[in-house]
Amino acid sequence: MSLTWNEECSPMRQTLEDGTEVVRTCAWSPPGCHAVGCGIRLFVKDGELVKVEGDPEHPLTRGRLCPRCLALKEYVYHPDRLIYPMKRDRTKRGQNAWERCTWDEATELIVKKTAEIKETWGAESIIVYSGTGREAVRYAFALTSQAIGSPNHCYAQSGWSCMGPRQTAMTMLLGSAYLEYDYGGGLPKTWDDSAFVLPEYVLLWGKEPLKSNPDGLWGHALIELMKRGTKLLVVDPRRNWLTTRSDQHLQIRPNTDGALALALLHIVITEGLVDEEFVEKWCYGYEELKGRVQQYTPAWAAEKCGIAEDEIWALGRKLGYNKDGRPWGLCIGVATDQNPNGCQLVQSLVSLAAITGYLDVPGGTVVGVPMQFDMNSDSPLPADLVNKCIGWKEYPILPVLLNTTHPDLTLEALETGKPYPIKMAWFDSTNLLSPTCSAQPKRWHDALRRMEFVVAKEAFMTPTVMALADVVLPISTWAEHDGVVMTNQGCQMGIVGALNKAIEVGECKSDLEAFIHFGKALNPNFKWETAQQYLDHDMEGVGVTWDDLSEKVVYTNDIGGYHKHERGLIRGDGEVGFGTATGRVELWSLGYQNLGEDPLPYYEDTRLVAQRPELAGEYPLTLTTGARYFASFHSEHRQIPSLRQLTPDPLVEIHPDTAATLGIKDGDEVVIENPWGSIKQIARVIPTVRPDLVSAAHGWWFPEKDAEEPSLFGVWEANVNQLIPHKEIGKMGFGAPYKCLPCKVYKA
Amino acid sequence: MSVNGLLIDYEWCTGCQSCELACKNEHGFPMNKWGIKMVEFGPFEMEPGTLEWNYMAVPTSYCDLCEDRVARGEQPTCVLHCLANVIEYGPVEELALKMAAKGKRVSMYVP
Repeated sequence: MSLTWNEECSPMRQTLEDGTEVVRTCAWSPPGCHAVGCGIRLFVKDGELVKVEGDPEHPLTRGRLCPRCLALKEYVYHPDRLIYPMKRDRTKRGQNAWERCTWDEATELIVKKTAEIKETWGAESIIVYSGTGREAVRYAFALTSQAIGSPNHCYAQSGWSCMGPRQTAMTMLLGSAYLEYDYGGGLPKTWDDSAFVLPEYVLLWGKEPLKSNPDGLWGHALIELMKRGTKLLVVDPRRNWLTTRSDQHLQIRPNTDGALALALLHIVITEGLVDEEFVEKWCYGYEELKGRVQQYTPAWAAEKCGIAEDEIWALGRKLGYNKDGRPWGLCIGVATDQNPNGCQLVQSLVSLAAITGYLDVPGGTVVGVPMQFDMNSDSPLPADLVNKCIGWKEYPILPVLLNTTHPDLTLEALETGKPYPIKMAWFDSTNLLSPTCSAQPKRWHDALRRMEFVVAKEAFMTPTVMALADVVLPISTWAEHDGVVMTNQGCQMGIVGALNKAIEVGECKSDLEAFIHFGKALNPNFKWETAQQYLDHDMEGVGVTWDDLSEKVVYTNDIGGYHKHERGLIRGDGEVGFGTATGRVELWSLGYQNLGEDPLPYYEDTRLVAQRPELAGEYPLTLTTGARYFASFHSEHRQIPSLRQLTPDPLVEIHPDTAATLGIKDGDEVVIENPWGSIKQIARVIPTVRPDLVSAAHGWWFPEKDAEEPSLFGVWEANVNQLIPHKEIGKMGFGAPYKCLPCKVYKA
Repeated sequence: MSVNGLLIDYEWCTGCQSCELACKNEHGFPMNKWGIKMVEFGPFEMEPGTLEWNYMAVPTSYCDLCEDRVARGEQPTCVLHCLANVIEYGPVEELALKMAAKGKRVSMYVP
């Protein structure tokens, strides 16, 4: 990789005439966001944060900020923020009976209970739960294996339906950590750089990046490209503002994506719109793929997806290889993961990007390199303990790809005590009882209530902490600690940024500081002494010291540039080719086959859908969930006044025709119900959804409501994850129907 | 002395409302006061299958075009923080030329 930076940049710390200190830094979490690292200037007077502005010198964000960073002060100084450790008697779980304690007291308690539990039930009886890609995730595996010494690190989303399917396809077909469309993130001047080639099209599939900025993609880069002429091709069951600016929008039925992707392969292959040279030189299994997609005709897909056939032909032809070299880039979202057919869907899309010849070329789809953080290395645990990780026997893809438990089998272990009893929980920046990652959160709640001992790290009191924890440790915001943030953990073109500590609040520690602290307290063989030491080690793989990074604040990282497969920059052994057994893009995947799956992509309907005869009568509508909002990051920000003002209520989008039939008006409270749960949200009557679809918000709980059990800040009231069944997942263990559920809706 | 204004390219305003918060931060406006506010126009299905849907940032009577910032040589805060970079500040004659050059979906405000 090669890093570039601005030698002439302003000093990291400057003092204004009136004594105000201005600190240049990059953002991460908490408050939460993915690893994007937007440029920030923090204004500090007498140790107090007085103002937040964007940093015009940041090569990517150039001073622009979203409302969440702009509202930072309200977060930092919120009266409800947790700023010192607290403990609670185990018999009072669920009650607001918290007592302040010191870090020493909290640590002593944690050390004692962890040792007892390990002694009696084994280290495997302890599970560390993480959420999505906040800063905590960067250190969570190390915390689990090096500090606590457990083999069980759990991300509680059913079917690992965030990254599971995508990671499977990207790793198995290419040996790449992640794919992203080329927005020039690796070039010093990004989309204004003379070396930047504008994509002709961006294929935006199951994604709305303006609000989500997922996994390191600064969403508004897409707007810059569109202003310069890039045309947007969107696949999404919902219309949104972006689709009104798109060249084509295929408004498919939820979870029929796999059918469309196979039909697109059918089109480019049968019409000869493939890059024959690339296929010949770099692909494996093309003839087999060609044979497989014959049956997946556009006519068949049109019927499946509920769209016009000619739309599919038009889209396929735009994505085909053309000798004029007009590239297109692939931008695929979490909706492709939240689908039991997801592993096959993404397999098809990766294959499409490959055979049309725009893989790792300027303006095309950039192939990622390994993520730069400790996700699977350095575990000091003996192999027999490591192999006790829940779900590894049933779903062998886990140790290959992700090194965590299987989420659904974790719930079953919690409930049944098999394969072994679980006794301790550590919630590491996750609010899994709220409608975020877990499916059937009430079941998780009931099972987790029985834990012997529960630790949580959090910034605010949440339903999860209130219901379950015995001790809670306060975490510092990104303005309050040193750290590092890299675009999608350094696997994609983008930035490497420093978090530069500017202020201090209470007794909070950063996720990294907490990892070091508990590592030293819990593990006599712990090798790290300070957070600074760990950061220096972190930077070794990047090629810059933390001190230099801190002073320069942000670097541009090209991850090695384009055509990496031709230059030996993808494979671990440094050889030319892709990171697969054959060295080629495995359209016929040996990896899938080794895991007992079909090596070629196929289509499968989601099982429990509204169209099924036994459900259609009672539950005629389809429910999708989780469309994002600017004002919040999953379940965060509910208590931040300026942000809550932007989006005060959980909204469910209902088509005007459907609303009229149901006697529902905009703003009405409505019930959304299905065999697994019943909730209430506020109707937004809007023609974004198909008439047979409703789109409900995720992540809602109400900090202003009664904190204690059974209310838990009203966490069950709008908890759409209650409507998602347990373990309706794909064959390899990945992909659950978060975005495709049967339901009925009626006025409350 | 030239009259200055704000050029808003509403083809690309994504409705993020960062301008609202940046303005409040800069001028210390409380919860119920704005110097600029995002307005949602639509979505209207005037033609079956297409949606007319625009977001617009509109300065209020509280907007002073960030006099102090401009005097310091900085951009108005909404201009700096706009995620889609659709707000431009300058003399109206210059902005009018840009409006004409763009030719569609652009408005200019003198607050």
